[in-house]
This record gives sequence, C-alpha cells and structure tokens, in this order.
Amino acid sequence: MRRTPCMASGCGLWAAIALGVILAGQAGGRPVLAAQAVILSTTTSTQDSGLLDVLVPMFEKKTGYTVKTISVGTGQALALGAKGEADVCLVHAPDSEKKYVADGLLLNRRLVMHNDFIIVGPADDPARIKGLASAVDALKRIAESKATFVSRGDNSGTHQLEQKLWREAKVNPSGSWYLQSGQGMGATLGIASEKRAYAVTDRGTFLAFQKRVQLVNLVERDRILLNIYSVMETNAAKFPRVNAAGGKAFADFMVSPEVQEVIKTFGVDKYGEPLFFPDAGKREEAL
Amino acid sequence: MELIWQGIVQAVRLILSGDPQVLQITWLSLKVSAAATFLSLIAGIPAGMVLALTRFLGRGLLVALVNTGMGLPPVVVGLFVSIFLWRSGPLGFLELLYTPTAIVIAQFVIAAPIVTGLTIAAIQQLNPKLRLQLLGLGASRGQLLWLLMREARLPLLAAVMAGFGGVISEVGASMMVGGNILGQTRVLTTATVLETGKGNFDVAIALSVILLVLVFGVNYLLTWIQQRGRAR
Repeated sequence: MRRTPCMASGCGLWAAIALGVILAGQAGGRPVLAAQAVILSTTTSTQDSGLLDVLVPMFEKKTGYTVKTISVGTGQALALGAKGEADVCLVHAPDSEKKYVADGLLLNRRLVMHNDFIIVGPADDPARIKGLASAVDALKRIAESKATFVSRGDNSGTHQLEQKLWREAKVNPSGSWYLQSGQGMGATLGIASEKRAYAVTDRGTFLAFQKRVQLVNLVERDRILLNIYSVMETNAAKFPRVNAAGGKAFADFMVSPEVQEVIKTFGVDKYGEPLFFPDAGKREEAL
Repeated sequence: MELIWQGIVQAVRLILSGDPQVLQITWLSLKVSAAATFLSLIAGIPAGMVLALTRFLGRGLLVALVNTGMGLPPVVVGLFVSIFLWRSGPLGFLELLYTPTAIVIAQFVIAAPIVTGLTIAAIQQLNPKLRLQLLGLGASRGQLLWLLMREARLPLLAAVMAGFGGVISEVGASMMVGGNILGQTRVLTTATVLETGKGNFDVAIALSVILLVLVFGVNYLLTWIQQRGRAR
C-alpha cells in the first residue's frame, strides 16, 4: 500500500502511546513501606521558615524513617492529627492544642521552641501605635481609628493569636477596615503592603518578606506575642494505622539536645538573628 | 518587568546547571501527567466513542454528566480523592495518599471527562453517512472504529492536548493528594505555589517558565502529529 500521510500520523500516535506506557510505568515511583513512613503534619509558616528542610533530613538519616511533611493550615494540621491521618503534629496554636489534648485526640504535648509575633503596618502609622508596649492597646487604637487591618482569617496559629488580642481589647473587629485574606502569611503581608494596612505577623515571615513589602515593625516584645511551638503524637490506640513508633521517634527527636542546638542557631547566617528560641523541657508559663 | 526577566534568567540557570531538585521535580511532573493523560485516553476514547455511536435510555444524561465533568474543579477532585485515600477512608488500606500514584489517580479523574467529552463531539461531528459507507464496504466493527478515529484525528488529538494541558497545569488536586513533599510528590505547579508562598518570586517565575516550556514542547509534538498530512 502506498504510504499515505494518514499512516504517518498513525505511526506518530503509536509512538506517543508507547511513550505514555513507559512513563506511566515509571510514575508510581519507589513505594515506601508503611512502617518506614512517618506523616508529619505541620503548618505552612513552619515549613516556609526552612527549619524543617534542615531537621527532616537529619531525622531521616539518623533513624531510617522517611518523613512525609504535610504543611497545611494549622486547623487542618491539627484535624489530620486528631483523625489519625498523621503520626505527629508540629504546630503553634496552644489554645487549640490544649483542647485536642484534653479530648485525648492528641497526646504527649511537649514544648519545642518559640518565636514571636509582631504588629506591622505602614511607615506613616495612621493609628499611632509605634513603640507601644502593649499589643492589646495597639489593636484598640487601630479599631478606634478604623485603620485598615488585614487578618489571616484562616484559623491558623497567627489568626488565633490575633483573635485573642481582639478579645483582650474587648473589640469585635468588623467593618470595611477589617479585611480577612484567608491565605498564608506571605500573601497576607502582600495584601497589607498594597493596602497600606496593619497586620499581625510572625517575625520570621516578616524577615523573609521585608524587602518586598512596604511595612515596618511597629509593636513587639509584649509577652502576649509569644508564638509557642509544640510537638504532639497522634492516638495510636484509637487509630490502628498510625505509625506510633515513628511519630514518637520524631517527637523525641525535636526535643533532643542535639536538635535544640540546631534550632538555636538557625537563621543567624541569613538574617543576622535566630528565627527560633529552643524551649524543650521548660514550662510554658516560665517563658 | 525586571522580576520576570530575572525569573527567565534564573530558569535558564537552573536548567543549564542541572540543578538536581529542579530536574527531579520536572521529570516527576511529566511522568505523572503523562501517565494520567494516557490512562484517561484508554478510558475516555472508547467511552466517548460508545456514547457517540450508540443510542440508549439515559444516554443524554450521561453525556451531560461527562460535559459537566469537563469543568470539574481540580481542588474539589483533590478533596474527594483525599477522602477516599485517607487512612480512615475506604481505600486507606492501599496507602496511596501522599504518593505520585495518588496524584495520577486524581489527575485521571480530571482528565478523563475532558477526553471523553471531546471524543463524543469529535465522533458526532463526522458525517453519519460515512459510517454507513464503511459498513457497506464490508468493514468489521474494529475496522469501523479505527477508521472513524482516523477520520476524526484532528479533534481527537485536540482532546489529548486538552486532557494533558488540564492536568499538567493543575495544582489543587496535586497539593491535596500529593502533599508537595520534597523528593517524593513535589511537582512544578506545587513547587511554584510553595516558592511564591516563601517569597522567592524569582524561583517561582523560573519554575513557571520551565513548566510553560515543558507544556509547549509536548504540545508542539502533538500538534505536529495532528497536523501532518494536511493539505498545505
């Protein structure tokens, strides 16, 4: 038969199919045995700080486990742990954490480290909060002057702290000046910068974004602004599929002296100051 | 504008230096989306042909559902596939969550309706007399189907490209069922979201450029196959 152009495109189609089969076979990848895998649920800001990029490989090398780090919003991270979909949780939302522990859904809560939140805003500071010692007073002034404020609005650790500040200030924030981004810290800072608004942020993310946003650090160092990170294990008795040994190994790892030392110096070479302060073994009230 | 230029420069630098992480992410994106597209072709083209060529009670409803499926939000697909693959879900025992296979499954669910829907349209727009003529000339069922596919190869290849394009570019499902885990399930789209979230806009743009080049490359090949033999 004369070789028609139709047949040539037919050949091309077979070649594409063959390629597809080869790639499909490859796509599955290396299967990780369940006993070897540890699912760590943590928050996007913890992941974005880069600390886990240092600590997880250390852990994997030391113990042979493969860590699957799922970084999502705080609410989801805790919910996944509480359902047994993760083996260990590393979050920074003490009020929520205590509830889950009280309900027996998450176990063995241990302090790992802390950093702090700051209130940032436009350089011209329309609400006049610069240098205030009390974060609560700062928010009161923002509400009174109805200066634009961007909230995370996503039940994250940062959002929960912000809500605590409003409660202490006895203000229910609402109105056209109070915006809720529903997004991560970086995106929220971007919105605050564009709208010349105030926001509560963790120091680490602000340091990382400082060059890109027109916001300045206005209020800091109030004790209420402490951002406390804890590690918790999930309930293996309730959820048989949980890798209890792996989860415990990771939790123990996070509070071990070796890792606490790594945490102490993390970020110094990039930002000139450490991003976190190690706290293992301390009592929360003593911070 | 300078940011975009920086991103392009960064992209070239990452590729030329053979940055292993970027190469690994790119290769995984290609494998996963190619696998999902391929599976959706195996399922979607026959299904589309059946729906195009047969008449049965409820056919119209099925076609409407397929067409609706073309617009399925990937993040919704990701959520529902997650629920199935969770440890507490019906397929939890397979331990597929947070693996590339899970992403392939989710992307298959996204691509299959696209391929099926476009196949239905491709076959239905053929002259109905062609089918009768082929049968009249003595074509077997298999030959008939093959010849109809060849006749409709332009829109069918468009269906392949639409299916592939739909999944290589999606991020919601990949993020949810894959988990964006470095070295395991991070693909170009989820990596771009991560880098943007960290504020590394130049890396994010670089990854976007690599993704666009990849998609262009695949589609150039498919377009060549599609357009070969056309009268100039």
